[in-house]
Amino acid sequence: MPITLKCHRGIGPAVTGTALVAKDNFSARYDLDRKAGVFSRPSHALAGQTYRGRILVLDQAKGGVATAWMLHEMKARDVVPLALVFNRVNPILAQGAALGAVTMVDRFDGDVTDLIRTGDTLRIDPEAGTVEILNRESD
Amino acid sequence: MRLNDEEKAMLAGELGEPRRWAIAHQIAVGGFFDAADFVPVSQAHIMADTESLGEAGVAFLEGLAAAPAAERRVQVPTITDPRGLDFETYKRLGQTEAMAALEGRATAAFREFGVLMTDTCINYQTILPPVRGEHLAMGDTGVTIYANSVFGARSNFEGGPSALAAGLTGRTPRYGYHLDAERRATRHFRVETAPCDLSEWGALGGIIGRECGSYWEVPLIEGPAELTGAPPGSDALKHFGAAMASYGSVALFHMPGITPEPAEFAGRRPPATQIGRAEIDAFLASYEAKGDKVDVVVFAAPQLSLIEMAAVADALDGRRVHAETTLLVATSPEIKSAADRMGLTARIEASGAVVAAGICFYQSYAGEMAAANGWQRLLTNSAKLTNIIGGYGYRPTLASLERCVASAVAGRIV
Repeated sequence: MPITLKCHRGIGPAVTGTALVAKDNFSARYDLDRKAGVFSRPSHALAGQTYRGRILVLDQAKGGVATAWMLHEMKARDVVPLALVFNRVNPILAQGAALGAVTMVDRFDGDVTDLIRTGDTLRIDPEAGTVEILNRESD
Repeated sequence: MRLNDEEKAMLAGELGEPRRWAIAHQIAVGGFFDAADFVPVSQAHIMADTESLGEAGVAFLEGLAAAPAAERRVQVPTITDPRGLDFETYKRLGQTEAMAALEGRATAAFREFGVLMTDTCINYQTILPPVRGEHLAMGDTGVTIYANSVFGARSNFEGGPSALAAGLTGRTPRYGYHLDAERRATRHFRVETAPCDLSEWGALGGIIGRECGSYWEVPLIEGPAELTGAPPGSDALKHFGAAMASYGSVALFHMPGITPEPAEFAGRRPPATQIGRAEIDAFLASYEAKGDKVDVVVFAAPQLSLIEMAAVADALDGRRVHAETTLLVATSPEIKSAADRMGLTARIEASGAVVAAGICFYQSYAGEMAAANGWQRLLTNSAKLTNIIGGYGYRPTLASLERCVASAVAGRIV
């Protein structure tokens, strides 16, 4: 049986993809080169890494309101993370995910940046409030 | 979420596509945050700079704006945050015709909704200050934290789509800072040094924001008002709150004796985190670059009040900005008009500086401006800007207004 993590009911469609994990926070305006699809803020834990098509697993949403529009714009150009998995988001990320129909979940039992590792294959079901780690077996 | 008859009619599309989209969007967000129902709002404030919207966002707005007038008009007064470009100054800043064209399309779409194009993030100083207990849909983090904390009004961070939705439906999902229980303090700070100027109020806000690090933390802050011997002014609390919101995503703080709501903790009173001179000095030192060539000096984020405009004019009188440095001042259209009338704009621009209206620098294609003008080293008295601008490839330094001006004149950080 794959490991199944319970979370709060989320936003967007069910998806399967590869995790990119960091103990850091997130703002589309502050942290990303949205044209190139990489983390551009030098002090970010994922600086220089590509996020296109990846499932970002991070701690918190931070900063400004721009992300509410930016996910929609990033999705239109298909230079967008496949999904966002956070310990806790703010309203802006939820609003942005709702407008852009980007899959997003948060509020797990435990620190999701410890529970999931970079490279894990995840299946996210926002409606059910579950994230399965398909490449690892539960004990 | 519980819906009343009017909300059900909106969701069924009986009041037109814009209101159907709006309430469906709000239900998705409200459901995510376990909102029980909607709360009426008296005002909405939309962040909609075209850099964030992009072509996709502008086309989305134009699609909704094509609905019949009765279906697309906002139901409560709805105003706008700074836009992506000032039509009077964009060429001087290296912005392009394509950016101006997109901005023009976005503005035209907003007018179709009946949105008032205030283009400001200091609406609480210049348009219509909120009152205690008033439910709002404020679309800028600095505006939200100021409205919640200093006035005791009630708003979440409402990003552009959600603020537009609130304007169209006249309500917002009742979660977060609309609820009494969420407004109690969760963190406790004691400040043991008096901030000397706006840049230090911003630094203090940045330190507390970083410590909190979450939208859901509410800091209670003791000390600074007693130390300075008088309440901090509106501009000090503006920079303080904007930096806290930027560094920490914080939307509400309590400062006993200054802010209006009772300083209650959500649980047991937590021990206070002490913040002294050493912490503020270390914060400033982390951005220090004394002696470096300075490419651009920016007074913005938040836009300047009339009092700040006068302070910039006083500091620049009789001086000339260095030929290889740009000094940019951003304020709201209302304050720009007042500054024009009072001769402040002329005094500032006599130094070679640029006064822009309706933008706030970082929302205005900052990365493209850096590339077009060869800018890297940025100097500002705004801690909020210092936090944001690194992602756009700038190397920011935080300093007092006086030191910013002296550096702009010298062409390097003094």
